[in-house]
Amino acid sequence: MGKRVAIVGFGQTYQRSSRKDVNGVELINEAVVTALAEAELTIRDIDAIVIGNMDHFEGINYVDMWSAEGSGAVMKPVIKVCTGGTTGTTVAMCAYYHVASGMFDRVLAIGWEKNSESDTTGAIITAFHPVWERPTLGGAVAGLAIEASKYMHNYGATERDGARVAVRERLHALNNPYAHLHQEWMKGIPPEKLVDLIVGSEQNAMLAYPLRMSDMCPRTDGAAAVIFAAEGKAEKIAPVPAWVHATANRHNFVYAGDVDMDRNTTIAEAAKAVFKKAKIKEPLKEIDVCELYLPYSYAGLKWIEDIGFCAYGEGPRLLWDGVTDMDGELPINPSGGVMSSNAIGATALIRVGEAALQVMGKAGARQVKGGDVNFAFATGFGGCYWGDIMLLGKKKPA
Amino acid sequence: MSKIAIVGVGQTTCTRSKIDTFEEMVFEAASKALADAGAEVGDIDNVVTVSNDFWDGRTISSMAVQEAAGSWGKDVSTVEGDGTFGVLYGMMRALSGSFDTTLVVSHMKGSESIMNLITNAMFDPIYQRGLGIDATSAAALQARCYMDMSGATEEDFARVSVKNHGNAKNNPYAQLPMKISVGDVMASRKIAEPLKLFDCSPIGDGAAAVVLSNKKGLKRFKKDPVWIQGVAHCSDSFTLGYRDLAKSRALKEAARKAYKMAGIKKPLKDLDVAELYDAYSYMELMWYEGLGFAPEGKGYELIRENVTGMKGDLPVNPSGGVISSHPVFVAGMVRLIEATLQVRGEAGKRQVKGAKTALAHGINGPCGQAHCVYVVGA
Repeated sequence: MGKRVAIVGFGQTYQRSSRKDVNGVELINEAVVTALAEAELTIRDIDAIVIGNMDHFEGINYVDMWSAEGSGAVMKPVIKVCTGGTTGTTVAMCAYYHVASGMFDRVLAIGWEKNSESDTTGAIITAFHPVWERPTLGGAVAGLAIEASKYMHNYGATERDGARVAVRERLHALNNPYAHLHQEWMKGIPPEKLVDLIVGSEQNAMLAYPLRMSDMCPRTDGAAAVIFAAEGKAEKIAPVPAWVHATANRHNFVYAGDVDMDRNTTIAEAAKAVFKKAKIKEPLKEIDVCELYLPYSYAGLKWIEDIGFCAYGEGPRLLWDGVTDMDGELPINPSGGVMSSNAIGATALIRVGEAALQVMGKAGARQVKGGDVNFAFATGFGGCYWGDIMLLGKKKPA
Repeated sequence: MSKIAIVGVGQTTCTRSKIDTFEEMVFEAASKALADAGAEVGDIDNVVTVSNDFWDGRTISSMAVQEAAGSWGKDVSTVEGDGTFGVLYGMMRALSGSFDTTLVVSHMKGSESIMNLITNAMFDPIYQRGLGIDATSAAALQARCYMDMSGATEEDFARVSVKNHGNAKNNPYAQLPMKISVGDVMASRKIAEPLKLFDCSPIGDGAAAVVLSNKKGLKRFKKDPVWIQGVAHCSDSFTLGYRDLAKSRALKEAARKAYKMAGIKKPLKDLDVAELYDAYSYMELMWYEGLGFAPEGKGYELIRENVTGMKGDLPVNPSGGVISSHPVFVAGMVRLIEATLQVRGEAGKRQVKGAKTALAHGINGPCGQAHCVYVVGA
């Protein structure tokens, strides 16, 4: 029971700080048209659509309905899912279950956000309890700053360790024409030197200790679309489909005060479930590339420990040893990741799409291991500690 | 394709204003659904919640109900749309092989929402919102288009209101059980021409929950399964001007697919009872036509001839329907719950005798842009 499912197409818009030339529906359409062209399909080939974003960012209610003329949902089945920052992976998982259920053969997953039209922090604050939490919780940055401080305290990590993650992400983004932040000045400077420059810069404003401007993701306009297809159809659409081997998510917190700031337990539990399903024993060795939803630098130290790529406190060593760079044992975020582009509702879907490109060998200048990628690992993260994971692979799952 | 069973259902009463929080309402509905199934939360493999950020006034509105839905340590996701769409996703997850059982919950507090502003926000921000259009004024345009196309009268709409509010008197969960006459509806306060107060549903507070299981999961539950024999969903264009508002081609398409799956050939004959999303009285007549109960433009004949009354060939909305209680996003799930109760023979005073096959229907978007149709049977 349950069909095998693969990703057969991915399209994204160029991620930019403000796309004044298009409205939301047109932005969505741009991603959809690109994904369909990539898979050599037309909208007639699509059996159902799943879409997601954050309602309060653009201030548009019933987005699945509002976008129908741009998403291709006219006279088609469409539903909307939304779980915050994880929305993109939640959309991907929903499209996966559409196909795995046997009800639909080819499903289009869409994520988008137009942050230039949103008061992002204002909207994020309303994610928390109206009486107990909103008066004291300052949007996304403050909570993450607490997590970073706790990590530094527990494991002796420094601001230089955090900056090393930022340097990796921004250097990788230089290979990705779709990324929002292209910090060309970084080209050719060794990572150690870049870390010194970033940590020592007076222009690099402190937002909430220990997080500076360089530690955070930008606010981005962008959209992404991923096409999922059932076994039997997928092989005909894509020469190398990216098969979904496992997917899982966890969200165990209602109140921010209950979140365990010591460890990211939701991503840890979701990873455990995924590795069990895919029979992965040594993640660092068996997984070839990651696209992780790391909205800020210290997540790139701590969460890779929670996923199980190394022991607690060893994240910084992996970073400084270059293990997670493009030519390392486990390249993380060849796309430049979330710290280089964050169109929130699209972001986690871009992680899945980028992971698929790596498996399909279509990642261009950001392709790792010469295309020899057996397993690619994508995550989503939400500020209220949702954790979503999708594991893609070149071989058909057992 | 293998089938999914509904093994547990739970709903709170629907009232104008509840003191309970979202969590408390969802906990009540989820506990009732689990008790109905003879199960505990440990028997549930994964959870789907249904809510909407605008109606809840909260980004990631499902945050509020995770613990109440028992999703700690489980896979969980959130559908933003009517409860029927949430159940559909829950069903896909139970069919995928990853999970055997799904709990789906939905909640709404209309008492903490401003309907006009919230539904105004589903329209185009540049050209339409400034006109003040909302769900009701858009529905009024549709009602007028439908009258022009079909020849249905305001009295026909009133007959739907009279029937459903009357039926609600048999439903202990309904918000507005009322014995009213066509004259009462016609004399009620004008809301948006041609709709009057008693043509419109009340936005209330309530929650609902459904436990789904695939064949493998059935042994965990004590309740006899009610099978989802057919289900389909479909959306029309968003822009009202691009649609023929008087005819619902999206409902026709969803019904066609659901009937095909369920082997329904003559819906009026093959179905024993239907629960439809009559957010406004006229909608029920339009949905008769979309669902193939009546030819296009002839829906009013069914209400005039009492075909859809409790004693008619196909009773529609024995529960009182959405016009008698409308917790938005919950209401479609309640239709499915009511259809399940009918098939089980557990619908109490609103039971349609010998009902074996029931239809449930939910809508999404302005003027019924999208539809989700279920056929369930024992």
